[in-house]
Amino acid sequence: MDFAKVAAKRLGAVVVLLLTLSVLTYALLALAPGGPEEALLGDRASTPETRAAIRALYHLDEPFPVRYWEWLTGALSGDFGSSIYFRQPVLSVIGDRLPVTTTLAGFAILLTLAVGIPAGLAAGLRRSGVLDQGITFSTLVALAFPPFGIALVLLYTFGVALQWVPIYGSDQISNYVLPATALAMGQTAIVIRQTRAAALDVGGQDYVTFAKARGLPRLRIWGSYSLRNAALPVLTVAGLLAAGNLTGAVFVEQAFSLPGLGSLLIQAVNQKDIPLVQALVLLGGAVVIAVNLLVDLAYMVVDPRVRHGASTRAEA
Amino acid sequence: MAAPVAGSRIAPRRVPGLISLVVLVVIALVTLLGPWLAPYDPGAQNAALGAVGPGADHLLGTDNLGRDVFSRLLAGARTALIGPIFIAAGTTALGTTLGLLAGFRRGWLDAIMMRLTDLMFALPGLLILIVVVGIAGGSYVTAVVALIVLGAPVDIRVIRSLALSQRELAYVDAARTMGLSDRRIMFRHVLPNLAPTVTSNLLLSFVFALIALSGLSFLGIGLPAGTPDWGLMIQENRTILDLNPWAAVAPVLLITITAVAATILGDKVFERLSAGKELTA
Repeated sequence: MDFAKVAAKRLGAVVVLLLTLSVLTYALLALAPGGPEEALLGDRASTPETRAAIRALYHLDEPFPVRYWEWLTGALSGDFGSSIYFRQPVLSVIGDRLPVTTTLAGFAILLTLAVGIPAGLAAGLRRSGVLDQGITFSTLVALAFPPFGIALVLLYTFGVALQWVPIYGSDQISNYVLPATALAMGQTAIVIRQTRAAALDVGGQDYVTFAKARGLPRLRIWGSYSLRNAALPVLTVAGLLAAGNLTGAVFVEQAFSLPGLGSLLIQAVNQKDIPLVQALVLLGGAVVIAVNLLVDLAYMVVDPRVRHGASTRAEA
Repeated sequence: MAAPVAGSRIAPRRVPGLISLVVLVVIALVTLLGPWLAPYDPGAQNAALGAVGPGADHLLGTDNLGRDVFSRLLAGARTALIGPIFIAAGTTALGTTLGLLAGFRRGWLDAIMMRLTDLMFALPGLLILIVVVGIAGGSYVTAVVALIVLGAPVDIRVIRSLALSQRELAYVDAARTMGLSDRRIMFRHVLPNLAPTVTSNLLLSFVFALIALSGLSFLGIGLPAGTPDWGLMIQENRTILDLNPWAAVAPVLLITITAVAATILGDKVFERLSAGKELTA
């Protein structure tokens, strides 16, 4: 199989995934108590006329495939309808909150990579040493520590006990330090474990031993052989991290009362603001799917074996 | 390996596992005996008192409504832990059965399972679960059932890949030659060989469920407000960190300690049971 064929296959899978996600998302409307009409009306006073107007506007009297198609074509052209609570187009509500979440997520990813990769390499280089054991145990605790729990402990330590930061307040960048740390902890643990395992695995390979025997400088061995090969398994978890980041952001934003997309989602769920929820779920799912696709494509670029059809991800 | 401490019969490498086991047993006992140990009624309010820190009357202080935090922790252990126990058992039973069938029988069932798990891995499951249970106004039981389904794919994949390698081994051939049915071979011969993995899956699923379920409660989904529950306590008491931090920090610590202990125990049980067995997936 050549590159184009493999890439086309992946793209096909992505389309199927996106369609599945959109059907799931659209079906949310039917889940709401009182049915779609009640959900779309919200707490507005309803006369038979307004009800009829709503039914016509959202094609509620049409059969499901037609209704779904109308909604999907609208969504594809950026029209998710109006938020019931905010009485504004859904996209503009999301646009207002987007910067908070992207800042939080970007900050957290930066922290994750800056801490995770060096720590993982350090642990892998000196296997079973005190440092390795310490790092490995720390990752175990970090993985078992729920993000909202970390958020709370950080808030207490730095906000109440030490009084270094205001508990809730302005939207300066320093405000993101604690939330990003809370979000990054679990992900960092995953990156550390993955990097450590990769470093251990690669370190024992024949080509590394051979490179050492040829007398290549250590830096060269690490740069050209070890890191490049170790990058693959680390890349694999990127999709996992994207999903974790999104879900984690919901908890962390809620814990810190940050006005981002995560707390917006929870608010929308509690108010049964279905159009807003649909757009957020579709957006979140699309981000995860896109990251997974990028990971697959990056795999093909980095690893010639994958390009030539030997699958390493599908059977994992 | 360091030599055992003089006078002790416990090898140092077994200490973490044993400590974890003791921690989990103590937590389980406290959960069962909670109602008899609690000094106060977990729902009894004392609005005049409000939120106060730990003292002689209230071991871990009180929350905004003057309710005793220690008693609420004891009562809250039930919803926080019993749900995850059911989820872990359900996920493991579902995942092991489907994984075994897919890996051993192959064919259309295997193909469906692979596509289905692919799909579930590719979507942000917990996020969808939060939305679905939240919108449908789902109860605690709905959340438990949904988490069983959400956790199953990992087990399916792990057990499937093990079953795939087991079916090539000589004892399976021998059993076939003796004319045993597939079902008998799968559940009486192959399954016991997978016991280390199944047991550690059980504990790992418990950890996943504990964090996910308390997370849902933290978001206010599943349990009605005011229920004594660890996740809900964190949510309700995060605004009184300055008055009585224990009201929110204590449930955080309990969740984390339980999760860490279960993870360590899972690792150790796997090491112990799989010693001498070929179990590389």
